[in-house]
Amino acid sequence: MTGVFGRLWTEWTIAISFLREGRAQSLMIAIGVAVGVAVIVFVTALIQGLQVNIIERTLGTQAHIRLLSPDEINQVLPPAAGTMQLLLEDKRAQRLRSINNWQQVSATLDQLSLLTAVSPVVSGPAFARRGEALQSVVLVGIDPVRYQKIIPLDDYMQSGQLRVGANDAVIGSLLADDLGVQVGNKLRLDTGQQNSAVVNIAGIFELGVRELDARYVYLDLKQAQALLNLPGGITVIDLTVADIFAAEDIAAQVGRLTSLQAESWIKTNAQLMNALTAQSLSTNMIIVFVAISVAFGIASVLSVSVVQRTREIGILRATGATRQQILRIFLIQGAVFGLLGSVLGSAASYLLVWVFNTFGPGLFFIPIPASLLLMAMLLATLTGILAAAVPSRRAAALDPVVAIRYV
Amino acid sequence: MSDDAMTVLRLEGLRKSYNVGQPNEIEVLHGIDVVIGRSDFAALVGPSGSGKSTLLNLLGLLDQPSSGELYLLGQATSAMDDAARTALRGSSIGFVFQFHHLIQAFTALDNVLMPLMLSRGKPDKLAVQQARELLAAVGLEKFANRKPNELSGGQQQRVAIARALITEPALLLADEPTGNLDTRTAAEVFELFHKVNRERDCAVLLVTHDPRLSAACDRTINLVDGRIESDTLNQPASQQK
Ligand SMILES: Nc1ncnc2c1ncn2[C@@H]1O[C@H](COP(=O)(O)OP(=O)(O)OP(=O)(O)O)[C@@H](O)[C@H]1O
Ligand SMILES: [Mg+2]
Repeated sequence: MTGVFGRLWTEWTIAISFLREGRAQSLMIAIGVAVGVAVIVFVTALIQGLQVNIIERTLGTQAHIRLLSPDEINQVLPPAAGTMQLLLEDKRAQRLRSINNWQQVSATLDQLSLLTAVSPVVSGPAFARRGEALQSVVLVGIDPVRYQKIIPLDDYMQSGQLRVGANDAVIGSLLADDLGVQVGNKLRLDTGQQNSAVVNIAGIFELGVRELDARYVYLDLKQAQALLNLPGGITVIDLTVADIFAAEDIAAQVGRLTSLQAESWIKTNAQLMNALTAQSLSTNMIIVFVAISVAFGIASVLSVSVVQRTREIGILRATGATRQQILRIFLIQGAVFGLLGSVLGSAASYLLVWVFNTFGPGLFFIPIPASLLLMAMLLATLTGILAAAVPSRRAAALDPVVAIRYV
Repeated sequence: MSDDAMTVLRLEGLRKSYNVGQPNEIEVLHGIDVVIGRSDFAALVGPSGSGKSTLLNLLGLLDQPSSGELYLLGQATSAMDDAARTALRGSSIGFVFQFHHLIQAFTALDNVLMPLMLSRGKPDKLAVQQARELLAAVGLEKFANRKPNELSGGQQQRVAIARALITEPALLLADEPTGNLDTRTAAEVFELFHKVNRERDCAVLLVTHDPRLSAACDRTINLVDGRIESDTLNQPASQQK
């Protein structure tokens, strides 16, 4: 054996035999650490699982980033030098209008590796009419292949099939209920543009979001463009990204690139994000406080151990141990408490999560990523070393003469 | 005066005070001048409280003198830092205490190996072999794998002696090594020290309250109230055997 490792061998051997000698004590503190680690891992996995689940559900029915035409604003001439300007301005009403040059924009976006899907959409308001029943709806003209990558509509089909074009439409389940229609029935769509069309209901979807299920009518791009009086135009470009939490940054980037207004899901779901952040904060608080109490547990056990081993520390010093070696012997004990406890705790939390996933309410699945367990072990080991710092220093500072005389 | 190859230890005006700077400051050693030779087999005697243990701890570099200088194998030690003192202690001094100070968690063999483990890391085959030989030399080859609490007091003290010898020290210091043993076992352990001195080229300085044992040493240093009152060579009774 050579180098640092060879040196540490002795400290390691002594530390381990000290721990084995005080087996009951070691086991108890390891269990204490294990409980702490189990709580930390379980709570973290639970909250992460929950948050991922919530975010997945949210993002399952919306694009990560939407690109819209910038709002139309009034152009105000700057005042001439030395004059003052009083301005009474009415904001302009935003009419439905197409994104300029969208084919080119869309082709450019297709090249960006940051984006995983690009789907031009035309959407606008309309009325759906069947007999006397009248419902206000949102017409959404899509390219089904591209749109599927944004929202996997196929997965949400309740009846019929996802088929648009040639007068076929797909509508939400609540809308179908309200109008009393089924797959195969006909429906009249009216827009304020004196355009109307009778479409055939090819499929009914249920996204699980009230607003969408009660109002969305999917059409083929062409038909929607005609109904909304925007021939060849689109109003929105939907995007998805690989890293959903980078959506805000990517939105800003894409916005600058295209001079369009880019909204990320993070901004449109600000409330949700707030709630999730608050939740994460409280989890972190739990983690910090559990870690602190674990650290104090380790520190107190080691402090007692230093007193108990005063004589042995003296003997070691008299037989050639340096202060550094004594220090390391106790630091290693702290690290072992942390490591051992976290291994036990990780196993326990694994079991807990398995029980939750198998017998729990079944609302969602909690994954335990290996990285979380690894992090927990690393953190617990570091905490152990840190907690051992004070008792270890006291052990190293012991006067060998006093220590030897200690009975 | 410089140290020749025959000198292990030389003290010059060594003083030691306790509670320095406090109202109860007390000087325990009042200027000790002693030279210990390579092959000395000396007893340190004196009434209780005269400062024998204090002196021994200073000689073993476990403690630092208030003033004066201590030369170990020709090296002045007062200016050394803790690491250097520990290294010198580890390589050239063996300690044996009254209460056979062994580490309970380790076997007799590992206790003997401890000084080597602390200075060099994991012991190699040769070191283990050496430790077994030492255990055999103190008559404990069969007890190598016993824990200290499975050994008698005399056996434990012999393990402690074997441990003190593993580094092949130039000086063996023993503070009442037989104080805790019955007369017969004490005599056996004492004889072991004598053997070590003769066979291993190792100076021995041992503190004892037993006049018979001190008389059996080659030299008796008498410490009274922190001063050396007498330092005499005895009739070499043991050599006549
Ligand atoms: N840490 C200390 N603080 C203050 N005084 C001390 C300390 N250690 C020892 N002394 C005093 O120093 C003197 C010498 O003590 P020492 O232990 O060296 O005596 P000793 O000769 O070994 O005695 P004994 O034969 O009883 O072991 C005693 O008066 C003791 O009270
Ligand atoms: Mg004493």
